[in-house]
Amino acid sequence: MKPEELMTMMDKARADTFAHELRVCTESGCMSLQSDVLQKALSDEVKRRGMSDQVCGKGVGCMGRGCNGPLVKADKAMYQFVKPEHAPAIVEALATQPVKELLCDTQQPFFTRQKLVVRENFGIVDPESLIDCIAHGAYQALLKTVTTMTPQQVIEEISNSGLRGRGGAGFPTGLKWATVSKAGGSTKYVICNGDEGDPGAFMDRSVMEGDPHRVLEGMAIAAYAVGAENGVIYVRAEYPLAVKRLTKAINLARRHELIGHNIFGTKFSFNVELRLGAGAFVCGEETALIASVEGKRGVPRPRPPYPANYGLFGYPTLINNVETYANVAPIINKGAAWFAQIGTEKSKGTKIFALTGKIKNTGLIEVPMGIPLRDIIYDIAGGLPDGKAFKAVQTGGPSGGCIPAELLDITVDYESLAKAGSIMGSGGMIVMDETSNMADVARFFMEFCMTESCGKCIPCRVGTYEMHLLLDRICEKRATPEDLQLLKDLCDMVKQTSLCGLGQSAPNPVLSTLRYFEQEYHTLIAEAQAAREKATHAATSEHIELEVLP
Amino acid sequence: MSVATILSKPPTEDKRWKIIETTMRRNDFQPDALIESLHSVQQTFGFLDLPSMRWVAGALKVPLSKVYGVATFYHFFTLKPQGKHVCVVCMGTACYIKGGRQLLDEVQHHYGIAEGQTTKDGELSLLVARCIGACGLAPTAVVDGKVLGKRSATELLAAVDDTLGRKA
Repeated sequence: MKPEELMTMMDKARADTFAHELRVCTESGCMSLQSDVLQKALSDEVKRRGMSDQVCGKGVGCMGRGCNGPLVKADKAMYQFVKPEHAPAIVEALATQPVKELLCDTQQPFFTRQKLVVRENFGIVDPESLIDCIAHGAYQALLKTVTTMTPQQVIEEISNSGLRGRGGAGFPTGLKWATVSKAGGSTKYVICNGDEGDPGAFMDRSVMEGDPHRVLEGMAIAAYAVGAENGVIYVRAEYPLAVKRLTKAINLARRHELIGHNIFGTKFSFNVELRLGAGAFVCGEETALIASVEGKRGVPRPRPPYPANYGLFGYPTLINNVETYANVAPIINKGAAWFAQIGTEKSKGTKIFALTGKIKNTGLIEVPMGIPLRDIIYDIAGGLPDGKAFKAVQTGGPSGGCIPAELLDITVDYESLAKAGSIMGSGGMIVMDETSNMADVARFFMEFCMTESCGKCIPCRVGTYEMHLLLDRICEKRATPEDLQLLKDLCDMVKQTSLCGLGQSAPNPVLSTLRYFEQEYHTLIAEAQAAREKATHAATSEHIELEVLP
Repeated sequence: MSVATILSKPPTEDKRWKIIETTMRRNDFQPDALIESLHSVQQTFGFLDLPSMRWVAGALKVPLSKVYGVATFYHFFTLKPQGKHVCVVCMGTACYIKGGRQLLDEVQHHYGIAEGQTTKDGELSLLVARCIGACGLAPTAVVDGKVLGKRSATELLAAVDDTLGRKA
């Protein structure tokens, strides 16, 4: 495709306007509530009324409120809990007043407190239509990059923006790109890590399902910057819809020569392939992911050498998370300075969180970095249901930790969360109320890490198993005070000596619950102690009784 | 046929082997297409058995031990045939916090099968998912591909019984 063609396509798509728009959420969450049936019912209704030339109906990405799905946006009105039988009323209402009983208030803090950068086109574009994405500005940043910027300038722009890896560790993206760019050799790879294994996190899935072209565009820009010609998107096989949408996006982009040889008539070529994961949490670790892409067991290896120098098939490889790539196009379009003014001094931009657990409004939110945690829980999420008291919020999945009520006023950025003993992680945020037992939560995560340990290094393989046994004893009220001490020692040992991030961070849920809720552990152990004493007492008295019997 | 025998052509006359062959050809029969090829086998036949692994090993020139290693490493692959109906209980964090464990316990107790097992009559398999990503609907279960959100244990059992064609 030539640059002019992209512009013509965009202008043409923008000129095709309809009097009304009907947008149905077709993200996995809403799809599981049969939003596809709903979409068909709406389009049938539009046809029946002969309004096909006035109404543009389309399936769009997640609009955020997963718990109130399926969601429908009819012009400016947003409807929640929509069922196929509501279709006639909704179409009827297009010309008049919105259907009151289905309305979802878009002026509530859940929507107004968000800041959309990555998700700016969610709920607006049809992820399966390239034309629609182009009409909303897709591939403009790629055009700008390859025709007007040098790779060095691109890297500088990303560095200046202060973008940090959204996969969890928060490594500066610009620095990573610069390292791969400096690595020698003509063959280089760009990998997109879409192996979102954290239970309770689905941000990356929503990005891949809601705006796949933005991910592709980000990857292409990264490839241009580091001098790579090949890209691989690694997605979990458990995300069939994301796989389908990405495959379609790649095919469409390839057909319109937005990826492939000599993009926009320049010398830059870039090809992308999709690789499926097969359900291994450890594959989120970059060296394990590379092994998996190579068709091997997803086992990590010691670093250095880092993938930036020795990665996929031994070539220099850039690995970034889905959300990181999705941040690239807006930075190029609007400039590093614009991006850098969002967020805090060290954490720039926005972050998507998957808000779940014991909370009123569950769903996806995108907020500027530095927002107080309290605002997320009580303002955006609307607090806890049934008048229960807040106990803790878990961030960062199995590698993260629990933040207690007294720390609710900390801000959400990489440094503050780390200081509180948790991590930003990929963005899962699970709220627990007073009924949750923190030792049980720790056991849940330890069981996860134990099953997901790849088995290569002993501290992780045996350590997580032993820690799970101990936590099991504690939760089942069979533990002794020595068990708790052993658990603490093991945490330290596994953290210090494991090979990769999975093992090194596996003790985090235990450590953070111990840090803030140690009393709960003591209570369980005291109960175990009391039960034991009672049993001994019973046994002794029984013994005496036996003796007095003739 | 010994375990180490590598097959040079599909194990059976079944036409569906063509699908897997296409996947491998698209990847130039490169060893790195192993996971893709196994996905293809599982998608077509529902599980991975020894003959299929042997054939993939031969076609991609990967040792059978490595194929077996990969097939058993990843949770997504199963070496046993599934029951006619499948019930997947989500045990992601959000579902766990909201009572996913009770759902699982009830189903296990009611049908007398542990997670990963199939009832003796081959009617129902019970699986546990790490997270199906429908956290807003927690606790969730998937019965024959249909996501059931915000269900109590009794409601879930009724739904499974219904799928099995039994009266609740």
